[in-house]
Parts: sequence; C-alpha cells; structure tokens
Amino acid sequence: MLMESVSIKNLDLNFGSVEVLKNLNLDVHQGEFIVLLGSSGCGKSTLLNCIAGLLDVSDGQIFINGNNVTWQEPSERGIGMVFQSYALYPQMTVEGNLSFGLRNAGVAKAEIQKKVARAAEILQIEALLKRKPSELSGGQRQRVAIGRALVRDVDVFLFDEPLSNLDAKLRTDLRVEIKRLHQQLKNTMIYVTHDQIEAMTLADRIAIMREGKIMQLASPAEIYGRPVNKYVADFIGSPAMNFLEGCVEKGAFHFAGGVLPLDQYNFSEGMDGDRDAWIGIRPEHVLVAETLAKADLTVSVRADIVEPMGADTLLWCEFGGQSFRIRLDGQFEIKEGDMIDIGFTSNAISLFDKSSEMRL
Amino acid sequence: MQNDMIGPRGPKPRSIFRLSNLVVYGTITILALYYLAPLYVMVVTSLKSMSEVRIGNVFALPVNLTFDPWFKAWSSACTGLKCEGLMGGFLNSVIITVPSVIVSIAIASVNGYALANWPYRGANIFFTILIFGAFVPYQLMLYPIVIILRELGVFGDLAGLVIVHSIFGMPILTLIFRNYFSSLPAELFKAARIDGAGFWGIFFKVMLPMSLPILVVAIILQVTGIWNDFLFGIVYTRPESYPMTVQLNNIVNSTYGEKEYNVNMAATIITGLVPLTIYFISGKLFVRGIAAGAVKG
Repeated sequence: MLMESVSIKNLDLNFGSVEVLKNLNLDVHQGEFIVLLGSSGCGKSTLLNCIAGLLDVSDGQIFINGNNVTWQEPSERGIGMVFQSYALYPQMTVEGNLSFGLRNAGVAKAEIQKKVARAAEILQIEALLKRKPSELSGGQRQRVAIGRALVRDVDVFLFDEPLSNLDAKLRTDLRVEIKRLHQQLKNTMIYVTHDQIEAMTLADRIAIMREGKIMQLASPAEIYGRPVNKYVADFIGSPAMNFLEGCVEKGAFHFAGGVLPLDQYNFSEGMDGDRDAWIGIRPEHVLVAETLAKADLTVSVRADIVEPMGADTLLWCEFGGQSFRIRLDGQFEIKEGDMIDIGFTSNAISLFDKSSEMRL
Repeated sequence: MQNDMIGPRGPKPRSIFRLSNLVVYGTITILALYYLAPLYVMVVTSLKSMSEVRIGNVFALPVNLTFDPWFKAWSSACTGLKCEGLMGGFLNSVIITVPSVIVSIAIASVNGYALANWPYRGANIFFTILIFGAFVPYQLMLYPIVIILRELGVFGDLAGLVIVHSIFGMPILTLIFRNYFSSLPAELFKAARIDGAGFWGIFFKVMLPMSLPILVVAIILQVTGIWNDFLFGIVYTRPESYPMTVQLNNIVNSTYGEKEYNVNMAATIITGLVPLTIYFISGKLFVRGIAAGAVKG
C-alpha cells in the first residue's frame, strides 16, 4: 500500500469545553495539493496548527510519511509553514531569515549557503538577500516566507491563508506562482483559505470544513458539480446557487416554477424515492437563447435588475416565488423590464433532501 | 468660466493667534513654568553664597556666582559625625543600582516571555500572585525581610539590598515584559518553533532583538526606582554602605549650626542628576516603549 503523506486519525481538539475539531479523519496523498476551505471559525486553521505541532491535540493521531508525529516538536515533523502575516524575523536579513532553521539544526555553513542560494533562485529573490524584511514589499515578504520552508527540504508545506494580506492583483500573481512551485517541487501541500477561487484553482482536492468537521473532500470539479449537501452547494460558486423548494414525485421535480422531468438526473444510491426536496440551480447553468433547445422545462420571466460585470451579466428576476439569479454572457443584450425565456435541464441541477439537506 | 479663477482656492488660511491655539499654548506654558519654578530656585540657590541666601530673595539670580556649595556637597558636607560629602554615597548607589537593574531585568524578561509564549500549567495563578505583590505596601514586608536577610547572612550588606531590589522590581517588570511579548505577533513565535529554535533560542535570537523599546522602559523604571529608593536603603544597610538618598537626607537634616541651603540644594541636584540624565538620553525611546506595551497589551 502506498504510504500517505499526511494521515489524520480520529482527531479531537478542545479548547476548554469548546470542541473545535471532532473526530476528524483526513488522508493526504504524496505530492497532493489539499485545500482546507471554510468560513471563519470552522476549524481549518486549527487543524493546520495541529498538523504543524503548534497545538497539542486532545485525542487522536497524526502521521506524516508513516511516522506517528502526534507528540513530536514542530521542527521534527518535516513540515514548513507559511503564515498570513509572513512572520519574518524583523531584525534578520532575508538571508538570515532563510537560514535560521538550518542554523538551529546545526547544518554546516557551506551547505547552508548552497541551500539558501537554491531557494533564492527558485523564488527569484537573489537580489534581496542582504535586505531587511522592512525593506521588502508584501509580495516579496511572502516569497521569503515560502523560501524559509523551501530551504529546509521539508516533506509537507503548510500554508495558513498566505495571500490574504495581499492586494487583489498580487494575490492572483502569487497564486499562480504557488501552483507553479507545486508543479516544480511536487511536495505535499496543505493550504488553508476562505477564498473559494484560491481553493478551486490550486487544489487537487478540496476539504470543505464546517464546525470542526470535513463536510466534503473531493476534487474541485466534483465539489462544484456534485456538492454533497446544501451547505457545500451554497458555499461554492459565485454568485451563489439558487435554491427553490418543491418535491420529487414520480421521476419529476414539482415546484412553484413548474415541473422538471428528472430523466437525466444522476441520483445518489438509494436516494431516488419521492420526498420533499430543494432544487439547486447555479446561475450559470440556466439555459437561454439557442441553448434552450436542450431544456427539459422552459419558462418566461421578466428581468428585474441587470448587472453588467464585463465578461458576464448578472440578471435578477422573479421566479418560483422568489428572487432568482441568472448569469448571462456579457454580450447578451437585455435591459430591465424585458421578458426572457429561460430553461432548465435535469443534468445540471442538484437536489437536496428537505430535512437532512443531503444530496439526492 | 472666469469665475473659476477668482474666489477661495487651496488651503484655507488660518491665524496662528486663534483662540484654540492661545488656550492650548497658554496652558502648556503656565504648566511648564509651574513645574520648572522649583528647579529654577534650586539651581540659583545652589550657586549663591550663604550671605546672599540669607537675604531671602529666592528668585533672584546670584550676584557673585560661586560653585563652592557644589564642591562642599560632593566632598565635605557633614552627615552626622562624618564630613565626607555625598561622594561615598554616590559610589554605594552605583554599586547597588547596577547589579539590581541587571538582575531584575534579566529575570523579569524571561518571566514575561515564559508567561506570554509558553503557557504552562498554573501560569495564570502564578501571574496573579505576582501582580498581587505589586499592590502590597512595602512597609508590611520590611521586618520579615530583615529576618530573611539575617538568615541568609547578608543583612546590612549591599548584596542583601541588591536581592531586595531585584525581588521588588519583579511584579511590575514581569507585567510589562509579558504585555510586550504578548503584543508581538504570535505567528513569529510559531515560525521560530517550526524553524527549530527552543525556549532560549527564541528568546535570545528572536524576542530580545525586538525588545529594545521595552528594555529601555524597564531600565528607566529600575534605575530611577532603585536610585531614588530611601526606605530599603536605610533599613537594610549599615551607615558605611548608605546609598546617596540616605546621605542626602542626613546632610539636609543635620541641624548643626546654620542650615546651609545652598549646599542642600546642590546636594539634592547632584542626587537627582542620574535619573534626570537617563530620562534625557532615552526619553523618546521611553515614550515609544510605554506606548508599545500599553496600547497593544
């Protein structure tokens, strides 16, 4: 059996009487890029700190490369960590920052120089080696922070919201760079963020967390296309998914907007019985104009608000007794008050049980 | 469009003699004079001969400038039976202050660092007890400490006084160091742990180099506090090792013949010079350190 890079078994973590992580299990494959995604307070940073060894767990085990590291010091675990605030040592030069871990480990001087030079080359910060962190821009600081993990030849990189302090443009640039770095180094990386774009673009697999539990662990495409419950469906995608109430009856979904035959819907095992349910429709999956031919259900609605966003246009209308979002191509010509035909097809929707909110 | 070119443009002109300016600077000036007046009287009196002092015009500048009172205060003023001035006391005070400051800051900074970054079992209780110590009146502890010092065999020695000062500096120093280290980003500490630095490695290589502002605060607090101490100095030492403050008191309170106000003033200024110098040298750092510790604490 192939050894997992990071393996977390039945992990509990309590702060006093507050349960932050509850019986959490996670296996990360060698060289995989895992993103822990969730809103604040869901325990994602706490989980990362546990893996790093910065927090003592209340129960359970953590394995890295097959070694039980549950009781080991952070520096003995073969991990490197990049923080949101960069956490560079202000009184040391870039070179001093990069080499600090190696110096603590008692590595020979020549070896340190070689490793620092290599990391600086990979991250293109050779020119900055003699500078102090205060003389660097935000992007440069974060590169140095990544370099600090890089020089130590760690098995696992941990990122704790590394791009949150950067402006939008720089964030995009550095995101691409982290992806390139992962392709080049092929290390295991665990990345915490609350930004779904970062999660979708970077991850091999995303773990969506809520209240100390992993709700779904799957590829970005799977999470987007087949969210396991209503919470995940609502969390992923921008603008958010539309939800309408109704019921599944005799192979069709009946709701205030009409009746949608479910011939093409891919039910989860044992979930195709009749019941009350939510239908989830992504704004970008609403059919209009020439694509209407594929629709299983077509209705006519009035455009209430039109929000042009350049590449796309977001249309708000009244449908099924509530406000409904539709994402149109930016070229689509429509103005407020126009009537528009929209359609739905059952292979691009999600159905969730009314009470348990689990995917059907 | 001509209208655009006339009328107000740019910053609004403001008079420097505005009412708000007058009130602010007026108040500041009055307060400054109020606080400077005693110092002024001391300086001019110390530069007068006794015949001039006797005239009683305390605000008048000296007619015949003389530095004799200063020399007398330093080397020949009488404290009780001996007439050797403040010189010996100055030396004693230096011998007491320097090690006390170093020892207390060394211990308190490690205390504060451990409390802020390595929360051990019972840390909060320890901290609460320590802070409680800051509010217990010193007088309560005078006699128990006499017994402790006697049992340790250092009663009356300067070493005993150094121990006492180091202990009494602990609560407040630990508090300010703890608050300062707590205000430093926690991620910095985490990063150092991942980089393999231990308790002392993080303290010396990461924390201490960032602690200059708070070290200055601690040094000023301790130097002025210990230098100005009178109570411990008189209780826990013998006459030959009296600190400067005690000797100053003896000079000023010696009522043998005429009171030499000019010598008393000179002696007082000399005694106060050390704390004053420290303030002047490090005033800016002091303010910065106080702000760093207090605001983010």
